[in-house]
Parts: sequence; structure tokens; C-alpha cells
Amino acid sequence: MMPGYAGAMLRVDLSRATVRKEPLPAPLVKQYIGGRGFVAKILYDEIEPGISPFDPANILIAATGPLTGHFLPASGKTHFGTKSPATGGYADSNMGGHFGPQLKYAGYDLLIITGRAQTPSYLLINDATVEIRPAAEYWGQGALTAEKNLKSLLGDDFQIITIGPAGENGVRFACISHDFGRQAGRTGVGAVLGSKNLKAIAVKGTGSLPVADLPAAYAKGKDAYQKVRAKPGFEGWTPEGTAGITNWTNEVGVFPTRNFQTSFSPHYQQINGRAVIERLKITDKGCYCCPTPCGKYGHARTDRGSAYVEGPEYETIALLGGNCCLQTIEEVAYANYLCDELGLDTISAGAVVSWAIECFEKGILSQDQIGRDIQFADLDTVAYLLDQIAQRKGIGDLLADGVKTAAEKIGRGSEQFAIHVKGLEWTGYESRNAPSMMLAYLTADVGAHHNRAWVLGHDVAGAWTSVHDLIAAGGDPETQPKAVVAENCVQYVIESQHTRPMFDVLGCCRLQLMELGFEAENYAELYSLITGDRKSWPQLLQVSERIWHLTRAFSAREIEDFGRRLDLPPPRFFKEPIPDGPNQGHHLSEADIHHLLTWYYKARGWDENGIPTRQTLKRVGLPDVAADFEARGFFVD
Amino acid sequence: MHLSAVHARCSGCGTCRLACAIENFGQVNPSQALLRIRGRFPAPGDYRIHLCDQCGVCADNCPEGAIQAVDGVYRVNSETCTGCLTCVDVCPHDVMFAQPHSEVPFKCVLCGECARVCPRNAIVLIDNPDQEVA
Repeated sequence: MMPGYAGAMLRVDLSRATVRKEPLPAPLVKQYIGGRGFVAKILYDEIEPGISPFDPANILIAATGPLTGHFLPASGKTHFGTKSPATGGYADSNMGGHFGPQLKYAGYDLLIITGRAQTPSYLLINDATVEIRPAAEYWGQGALTAEKNLKSLLGDDFQIITIGPAGENGVRFACISHDFGRQAGRTGVGAVLGSKNLKAIAVKGTGSLPVADLPAAYAKGKDAYQKVRAKPGFEGWTPEGTAGITNWTNEVGVFPTRNFQTSFSPHYQQINGRAVIERLKITDKGCYCCPTPCGKYGHARTDRGSAYVEGPEYETIALLGGNCCLQTIEEVAYANYLCDELGLDTISAGAVVSWAIECFEKGILSQDQIGRDIQFADLDTVAYLLDQIAQRKGIGDLLADGVKTAAEKIGRGSEQFAIHVKGLEWTGYESRNAPSMMLAYLTADVGAHHNRAWVLGHDVAGAWTSVHDLIAAGGDPETQPKAVVAENCVQYVIESQHTRPMFDVLGCCRLQLMELGFEAENYAELYSLITGDRKSWPQLLQVSERIWHLTRAFSAREIEDFGRRLDLPPPRFFKEPIPDGPNQGHHLSEADIHHLLTWYYKARGWDENGIPTRQTLKRVGLPDVAADFEARGFFVD
Repeated sequence: MHLSAVHARCSGCGTCRLACAIENFGQVNPSQALLRIRGRFPAPGDYRIHLCDQCGVCADNCPEGAIQAVDGVYRVNSETCTGCLTCVDVCPHDVMFAQPHSEVPFKCVLCGECARVCPRNAIVLIDNPDQEVA
């Protein structure tokens, strides 16, 4: 086995209650490297086409990368993948913390979980000992509570992932929780665990990872820490973490507000990074080997109650503080805690709640349907709806399927402002006057997520700029010019779609690069020294490109009538000018959106409907997918 | 030279533990580390660093006299240690480590690597144990 890896994978069939350790296949490593690459390839090859995401035959994968667990900045990532309960297509979600490294020290690069346990269960992995254990006593518990109780039972050395009631009840935006505040939040991965009757996975490992050239890799790792510490952002960005961008997103008018009705919240200084530090924070909370911890763990007191909580981080601030208009950082933090304990993705939860409130304001949902009055800027409203959703009670049963399905069911124009792409709710960057970022959302493989490409710097600053530099240049809210929609937007998006997901392949965090400007070439060098497989950064990006086409192909296979129609934004984003704030009056036109998509498909080598062509699939090393598409009649020529 | 912990700066990243295992055992394997970081979650929500401060309780309680100080650093003599692990039980900081691959326990030898790599300056090297840490 190539150094850097644990060298094995663990297959768990919950229906048959069997576990099987297998060597990590060398071709998988060579072609796909790790993490997201493993997820994409295994899902394409092993999922029975057309099954429901909640079918026991659906697969849930937890994958690490070659750099996970090694000595370098922020090597603590774990990548989960499955067929998406949110979109029906490709799904993955990534989390930091300490789980992935521990999995590798236990001897496994990835877990492949299929089937459905007969009764609520949890999976225990203690080096070579793997057991499927009963979890009836934890079923129904909050995700944080269950983690605490399992730690009490098993010991602090175990790293644990859990789901909350939302995952148990099949909420399509249920998350996987870990380390009292880290989440694999998006795409409903927690609901798939719930559908398998799997409450938790606990892992402890005491093994060593092989390294091709340990002295050189260790020296390079230490050098990387020194370089990260020397970046201006180390002192400037780290104290507030991701919450520190709240001022900037308001200053330039891209902050989701009132269910994306507008893009500026006048109260933003009550819910920004400084508020987190001054009013909540107890400690910085870092992921494995991270020198720049985003996590701010604190304590929030509100009229409704008080809670210990990690965060809120930027996305939570944007969707709960902006979109639901919660007025203080304490209220945002308390709603964050409720989501964490219930096992809900704070992003989708904030989007769904704000959509429901707008429906109520417009008379589309009635007091009878909801069970009470609801309104923006009201913690009681948010808490009520979150609980209804997690338990699938009353109106919660409708909302638990996400805004796309809910809007399709109730209609009456609510689709106009159901803010999602492909069924995944939009994240924290309103993009009506940001064509590159708009395109990034439309073409992200999991739906409307910023993880795949974050190109707002191009739209606002005109060039790639580290997040720290954007924040440092901030000032007062300033009127923004109308954006220019041009073909070069496409190149920014594609570059970012290859760069950022590469970190999900390698198994380490991208924030040192994106937020601080730590150079990407360092990761190629670390990869080469750890694995002995000499590769440049551009060579690694070729793998990232292959994976991009593969995930698109997976969704094209799994979603009926897949194509351009599913790459479009909600009508609000091309019909309604932004009513106020720095971007007042602006929006892209429907024609702009189609131009962007057409340019993008062409640059990607996809047809007019956004389906990868035969030539493209072969060019990027996916001849088997080309053959599969041929057999299914997917090529239009 | 001594190690000193500034608990409030620790973010629980564990860089120190991985570096300790690499420096002392040549292994990418933090289970071999000779210090501990304990997170106290969900409440009170902080980290405690468990370091060897060379207090000598292990040596005082070793029935074989197999732990002795050399230049202020207590070391286990693997020739005379019988592996009774009394030292593991009595260590007030819980940093005497029994390892599955060895009958002899391991302890910190004050190499200072944890302090050098800590990205938070939560573990620092000081000249004397009474020194105030800036």
C-alpha cells in the first residue's frame, strides 16, 4: 500500500450485521486519491441506479484522504457521501474535528455502510475490534447529549459521530454531529444514517501511519505551520474565525436577509464576529492539528434559556441571524444550539424557517396549518419550527422535506421564493449582483453550496483575494456598481471548483489557503513527501477535474430529466431587484443566467443541456462512465 | 528548563501529541504521546493540558528505584524496571504511560518538541517552574 494511507477499508452491512475489512484497492487510490474521490467513485460504481436515498441499499461512506492524520496544518477532515435525500443526486458533506484521523489510526481509510439495522444501533471501532451494538437507550436523544453519554460510557479517547432526532425522523437536511459542535451539515447525510437505524459511530485507534519520508515530511509540516503563522491573517483572521466576514458581506450587500428578500441586515453589528468574541466565547476550539481554529465555543443566555454551543459561525449567522432576522448574537447562538442538539443543518434549517415565515406573511400558510402565528426576528418562532421539523410534527412534516418539495406541495407562488438549487437550500452569500458566485451556486454538484467554489472576491474586488484581505479592506456599507456578466466568470468558477474540492480529496482543510493565502503548492509537496507519489499541484487538480465530471455524471444518472432546468436559480433571483442596501436595484436577468450556464457547459465540455459529452468523459479518464452513458442512451448525438 | 501549560490558550488541536510521538518514537501515532489534552465538553467548555512537570512522584513511589533524575529530568531505567506500573497509578498528572508494545512505561523526557510546535503558545518552555508565563 502506498504510504500515507492506513491501507484498508471497512464494509459494514447493517442488515446482515456483518463487518468485513478489505485492502484499499490500488486503482482507486491511483485514480481518485482519497476523500471526495473515493466517495464519488464508490457511489457511482456501487449504488443501484434509481434507488431511494432511504432504501437500505443506499450507501453511506465516511472517507479520509492521504493527508488526514498527518503532521500538517488542519489534517482532521472526514468526508461523508451518499445518494442525497435533499436532491436525489450526488451528495457529500465534509467535517473537521478528530474523527477521520482516529479512523486512520484504527487502520481504515474509509467506511462503507449499507443496509438497515433491525433495531437502533451504534458502530464501535476499537482498532481491529468492530461491533454493531444496541443503541435503544440513545435513540431519541439529542446529538450533543448522545455524544456526551457515549463518551461517558466509552471514554474520552473515542471520537464519536452522532445524529439527533432530525436524522432519526428522516429530515432531509439532518446533519452528522461530532465533537460537540462540528457537523457534516449538508445534503441530509444524517437522515441516511437515521434510515439505517445507526445512531452513532465511535472510533479509537492506536496504530501508526506509514510515511514515505518521515524526516522530510515532518520538517515540511513544521515549515508549513511557520508559514501559516507568518501570514498576516494568522493574527487578523483567527480571533473571530468565519464569523469575522459578517461585516464585509453586509458592507458589500451579499448577506441573506428575510428569506433572501434583500441582501443587507441593518443589525449586522449585533451578530458579527466581534459579538461572538465579546459576548459568548469561552475558548477557541480547533480541529485536529489546526493552527487557526474557526471554532469559538461559548455560552449564550437568552430569555428562552441558556446553552453551551460551538459557534455561531458565519453560515449560521447568515441564515439564522440574517435570513430569520434574529436580532442578537445570543439568540443566534441559542438557535444554533437547538439545531445542533436536534441534528439539523443550520443552513438549510435557517432557509426553511425563513421561507415558512414569508409564506405566512403572504397568507400562503395559515395559522391553522402552522399551529400558531410566526414572524421574523422572533426566537420563539424559530425554536417552535425547528422542533416541529425535527419531530416531523404538524407543519414540520412538510418543512422537513426542504423548501423545494414543500413549495411544490403548497404552490400558490411559494416556488418563486423557495431559495435552493436542485433541492439544496442556498447558503450565506446572496448573489443577485454577483455573476461568478451565482454560477458557482448553480453548478455546485450537491446543490446551492459555496463549498465547491467561492468566487465573490472576483465579483466584488475584481480578482482572487484571500478572505483576510477582503475583511481587512472593509469599511462602511458602500453602494455597489451593477456587476458585469462576462465569460471570464466561468474560468474563475472552474478554477475554484477544482481547487477547493481538492482539499476534500486530500483530507485536510482549505481555510489556510482560502482565508490566509497559504500557497497551494505546499500541499503538493506534503502529499509527495508523505505518499512518495511525486505530484505537482496542477497534476493533483487533474484528479479534481475527473471527480467533477464523475459527480455530475452520477446526478445525471440518478435524477430524472437532469440538466439545465435543474441548474437554474429560484425566480426571485432573476425577477426581483434587491430592494435596499448596497446592491439596491440590482439583479441578473434570466438571459444573463442562461448565458453563464451556456459558457460554463462549453468550457466544461458538456452539451447544451449540461450533460458531459462522450469525448469529455474519455478525456478526463472516465471511459467506463462514457460506456455506461452510451448504454443508457444519455448522449444526444 | 521546564514545560508550562497555559490552558486558556489551548484549542485542543493535538498538534503537540502528534509531534511528541514523531519526535520520541518516530511514529505518526498520537496514542504514543507523552502528554494529554482533555476537552471538558459540553460544560464547562475548555481544555486542560496534562504535562509532566518532573515532580518526581513516580520516582518516589517506584519499588525498584528504576526512575531517577538526571539533570532535573526523570527517566525510566528499562533494565531495572519490572513493569509493575505503580508509577502509572500514582502520577498526579496522569502522564505516565503504559504502552501495549512495551512492559516498561514511558514518560516525558523534556525534549520540548510539544512547546516548539504548539501553534497557540499554550505549552511553553521556561527556565524555572516559578516563572510567570507571558
